[in-house]
Amino acid sequence: MNLPIYLDNNATTPMDPRVLDAMMPYFTQKFGNAASRNHPFGWVAEEGVDYAREQVAKLIGASDKEIIFTSGATESDNLGIKGVFEMYKEKGNHIITTVTEHKAVLDACKHVEKLGGTVTYLPVKEDGMLDLDLLEKSMTNETILVSVMYGNNEIGVIQPIKEIAAIAHKYGALFMTDATQAVGKIPVDVIKDGIDLLALSAHKIYGPKGVGALYVRRKGPRVKVTAQIDGGGHERGMRSGTLNVPGIVGLGKACELCGLEMESEAKRLSALRDKLQSSLLELEESYVNGNTEHRLPHVANISFKYVEGEGLMMAMKDLAVSSGSACTSASLEPSYVLKSLGLSDDLAHSSIRFGLGRFTTEEEVDYAIAVTKKSVLHLRELSPLWEMFKEGIDLDKIEWAEH
Amino acid sequence: MAYSDKVIDHYTNPRNVGTLDKSNHKVGTGLVGAPECGDVMRLQIQVDDNNMITDAKFKTFGCGSAIASSSLATEWLKGKSIDDAMKIDNMDIVEELALPPVKIHCSVLAEDAIKAAINDYRVKNGMAPIESEKVHH
Repeated sequence: MNLPIYLDNNATTPMDPRVLDAMMPYFTQKFGNAASRNHPFGWVAEEGVDYAREQVAKLIGASDKEIIFTSGATESDNLGIKGVFEMYKEKGNHIITTVTEHKAVLDACKHVEKLGGTVTYLPVKEDGMLDLDLLEKSMTNETILVSVMYGNNEIGVIQPIKEIAAIAHKYGALFMTDATQAVGKIPVDVIKDGIDLLALSAHKIYGPKGVGALYVRRKGPRVKVTAQIDGGGHERGMRSGTLNVPGIVGLGKACELCGLEMESEAKRLSALRDKLQSSLLELEESYVNGNTEHRLPHVANISFKYVEGEGLMMAMKDLAVSSGSACTSASLEPSYVLKSLGLSDDLAHSSIRFGLGRFTTEEEVDYAIAVTKKSVLHLRELSPLWEMFKEGIDLDKIEWAEH
Repeated sequence: MAYSDKVIDHYTNPRNVGTLDKSNHKVGTGLVGAPECGDVMRLQIQVDDNNMITDAKFKTFGCGSAIASSSLATEWLKGKSIDDAMKIDNMDIVEELALPPVKIHCSVLAEDAIKAAINDYRVKNGMAPIESEKVHH
């Protein structure tokens, strides 16, 4: 076992060596521009892109013509939201999303508001799930798009996508999902789920960074988005720019591998994750954040009360994890996702996200359990809050000096 | 962001962790920060009849820099008179621990904790608290 141990697979994943092997020829020998129609260098590159398009489409139950390659999920989210708003603004100017979305969606929505659009940011329930009645009540004649993430990046909660899509469609709106964390981890099917637009990224599924895709439905209904990057008219005019052929080939291979291995991998990872979680919950005053039933198989977000997350991560120096504590950022505001679950700031500051992945072993999980437990106990010895809790002092009754 | 060696040293081997009897009139206690902000420091001093600090203890809920700042503060407090201790400046802590700008608030909190502990002691022993007018860097 090599240290440090990587348990931050929601942030990014290591590239699978099989993906790298597939990409390698496209850097040096098959280097052509996929848009060069007049010579074999272009044809070979285009073949690679076409094959990748099929591989990506297959993983999500789409057809290859519905895949637009982008630089990643952030671009896909931007293209989906801004592109739909621009294309359909004659029809209506209202978009609905949730407060737990990734910043790529939230900030694209903020941009739409600057352009004169109206955006409703729906709260979520205490377990992170969207309230479907609330969604339905928020739909108006002006609603053109509902955008709800598939699986949450911080807590792993999986939204009832099929039901959400049905509500959007009932009111004549399109349904988009940021499926960056879900694609390749759990079965995602754009037809069965009723998805009109879907954002995904390669580097979360053991592919390279800097490449992703936006699925745009072509039939029932035919969805169009206004290009946000103008130029040579690549990707059916929806996203100009010379195609990142090696990256796209890597994304395709990554999707193929996920399709083949996802089922067994999800079982393996959820067993490891459950072991990690149940062992860590043996610690007093530790809590899982978010719904544990509808959750991605590889994620556990746990708060260790009376211990601050960043301090804890420093103690667990051989573990690469992330925390909802934002002590390093200028704002000092803890995770907005955790706060939206109704978590108090101190519990949000005390949270650690464990993200397991394809290369995580049981030995590593065992090590992580031992290190985390030891570190939490150590830091509680240092924590005045823990001491006060143990003395039976109600911390909520103390008048703290906010700073 | 990488931590400085001194932060790591204080974090890994914190000095003077513990609790003094806060009901003792020779003990001053400063509890500053808030759980919501992700930092709470409790700093305590034991003072002798000559107003010299003979012992100092801390417990801190916070990041590595917050723990290191309070650990360093207890080291500096021991052996100082309460008047000299009042002069400890947060920027001295920043410099000693090589704290980056985003961690300066940890040093501010440590300075606040020192002053709160001294004032607690002063009030307990019939002295007026010293109001700090200082604007933090």
